[in-house]
Amino acid sequence: MNYISVRNNQTIPLSSIPEMDYPAFFELNVFTLLKSNTSHCVNYFGSPQPGQIRLTCCIGDDDLGLIHLSSCVVTAQQVLPSFSKHHLAYEKFERELHENFGIAYADHPWLKPVRFPFNAFDKNSSIAGYPFFKIDSEELHEVGVGPIHAGIIEPGHFRFICNGEQILHLEIQLGYQHRGIEALFVEKKKLLQRITLAESISGDAVAGHTVAFVNLWESLCGFQADKHLQWSRTLALELERIAICTGGLSGMCTDVAYQLGSAVFGRLRTPIINFFQTWCGNRLAKGLIRAGKTNFPFTPALKAGLNNVLNDFEKDFEEICEELFSLSSALARFEKTGVITQQLATTLGTVGMCARMSGVSRDIRSSHPHDLYWAFDHQPIIKHHGDVYSRAQIRKEEIRKSIRYIRKLLEEIPAERNDRSSLSSPGAGSFTISLVEGWRGEICHCAITGDNGELIYYKIKDPSFHNWLALAMAVRNNEISDFPISNKSFDLSYCGHDL
Amino acid sequence: MLNNLKILFHQGKQYIPDITRAQVPGIFRGRPVISNEPVDENELMDLCPTNAILSGPLAIDLGKCIFCGECAFAFPGKIKFTTDYKIATNERRQLIIPEGQGQPIELNPMLIRKEIHQYFGGSLKLRQVSAGGDNSCELELNACSNVNFDMGRFGIDFVASPRHADGIVITGPITKNMALPLQICYDAIPQPKIIILAGTDAISGGIFEGGPAIDRSFLSKYIIDLYVPGNPIHPLTFINGVLDLIKKRH
Ligand code: SF4
Repeated sequence: MNYISVRNNQTIPLSSIPEMDYPAFFELNVFTLLKSNTSHCVNYFGSPQPGQIRLTCCIGDDDLGLIHLSSCVVTAQQVLPSFSKHHLAYEKFERELHENFGIAYADHPWLKPVRFPFNAFDKNSSIAGYPFFKIDSEELHEVGVGPIHAGIIEPGHFRFICNGEQILHLEIQLGYQHRGIEALFVEKKKLLQRITLAESISGDAVAGHTVAFVNLWESLCGFQADKHLQWSRTLALELERIAICTGGLSGMCTDVAYQLGSAVFGRLRTPIINFFQTWCGNRLAKGLIRAGKTNFPFTPALKAGLNNVLNDFEKDFEEICEELFSLSSALARFEKTGVITQQLATTLGTVGMCARMSGVSRDIRSSHPHDLYWAFDHQPIIKHHGDVYSRAQIRKEEIRKSIRYIRKLLEEIPAERNDRSSLSSPGAGSFTISLVEGWRGEICHCAITGDNGELIYYKIKDPSFHNWLALAMAVRNNEISDFPISNKSFDLSYCGHDL
Repeated sequence: MLNNLKILFHQGKQYIPDITRAQVPGIFRGRPVISNEPVDENELMDLCPTNAILSGPLAIDLGKCIFCGECAFAFPGKIKFTTDYKIATNERRQLIIPEGQGQPIELNPMLIRKEIHQYFGGSLKLRQVSAGGDNSCELELNACSNVNFDMGRFGIDFVASPRHADGIVITGPITKNMALPLQICYDAIPQPKIIILAGTDAISGGIFEGGPAIDRSFLSKYIIDLYVPGNPIHPLTFINGVLDLIKKRH
């Protein structure tokens, strides 16, 4: 076999990932491994070697719960046939390889910059010079929005080509938030610095990215997390899902001018994030998750508090949901707006909520479970219309399900351990991949260690990396006034994308 | 209609009546207090992820601290974080808390420009710019205007256009890629105008300080009117800091 199959968070020797020539690598990852739509690319990246680039492709196999890894060494000068020509889901990954290493692709459909990183291959590229798609026409006009938007929101530029009020084309230019996080993971040597970086990848997905990092790190160090740690991480992920999805519903109500919904969902988020503060001193769970330990063991008093929070939340949540989901003026704005069909979702390789809204069953909690997700036998929540309404429904149902899971977790709290061994250093020449289903979707972190066990390469993929193109496609033929509600309902991360 | 009224009724009163005296629930890492207990200073300084612990005398710089709390766990007799969330100030050096000091953090009235109260005392419109912010401070700034914190009752609002704004609130360490848009936005705000740095990343760069993709040259050109530490900032820290900045001075 010319690939190696690993489980989520399994550490293997780097040398055990089969290396092959580009045609074989191409054949494997474009045709052989992607035959069924229960497989998709979870990460594809290049790591620098002296004078060369080592490409590693990671295909998640949902049926087997495995990740198939293969690799290929190329040089920057080589002109390669692109994967994207056959599978659009690779388009952003190949653009990144092009931007970071100068790899030329002969037949890539859209070989444009991704984020204008500080270490771009082309030293002359600058974010002010992004090559936007243009149409020469007397009838059409362009609308440029951003990078700074109207509300308190991260920066990114949206360029619309419109026919009157109708959007024909949207191009999304990102990179404004680029902080060089992946390079800093290698540069900063203290574990606490790396955890701090993980907590800063996307401040609305602190639990998601930090769990991805600590699971990966513990695996690299040969540390098996005990039940209490796994339990806390699972709880944090589900609380974060409730909090941010509730905030998302509030934002969606705002964007259709439904003030009551906006206010009620908005304030319902407060007790959930305040519970994070009660637990760990921070409303967004920064400081809560640590590798090899926890500073905030869960206590019976916290259990009682959380039960009360959920009971109060549920009553008010159900009441406002009943109102919103039967309010014709809101539904008229939600239904058939910003549609991604199942076929398009598969082509684009969307993940998380953005896949499940279009009938694509993709959820790491069920396909590649980690921490305590084994216990839930999680069934993904699937909708079929791929519109704003589906995205609203998924949020509502995810919240309900998370409440159920949390109640189940609270039935039995594994005892905190005081006999934990301390973390050793990572093994030498190793590779680990970690997948987490954050509230937005699939988060993927990969790490490579060198001959002395030092971290030499770190790769992060936020689910938004897959999904931004879906937003651009979803708004085609919509009225431009529907763009805000589409955008909010996707709720993608700028900093998670730009890193 | 009746349903809406029912929902309104069930919600009850959600706003915090006295925002200057509200208590934060649970544990919260606000202003630290450092005792005079002798400890291995090097060990203490070395554990901090952002070099926020200074020596001679031992102190924590809240402009660099990301409030992870690890120092307090490792040296519980030395460092304690109190729930005092009023940690915003207009003087950078007030953010440095030395050992043995327990005074609250306040604004230095001498440094508040007189036009700030005159123009903005009753109404302050702010333009927010995220320049590499991780969306945590942005979420909390949004929360300032929700029905719980309701900052709008003091005439403080966020606006869409810099032309309508009296000042700028910057979050994030300021990326190279946002340096120019930030400058353009600032230039578009009419005089007089204020600058508020919200969050540790904005104040010092935080974990990104000195990083290769950061460009903080904008900040060296202007006077900063308010520093609001936090990771992210707490809405109560922000609102109280801004109120202290614009309220009438006695
Ligand atoms: S709480 Fe602040 S001072 Fe203490 S270790 Fe963390 S960042 Fe450093």
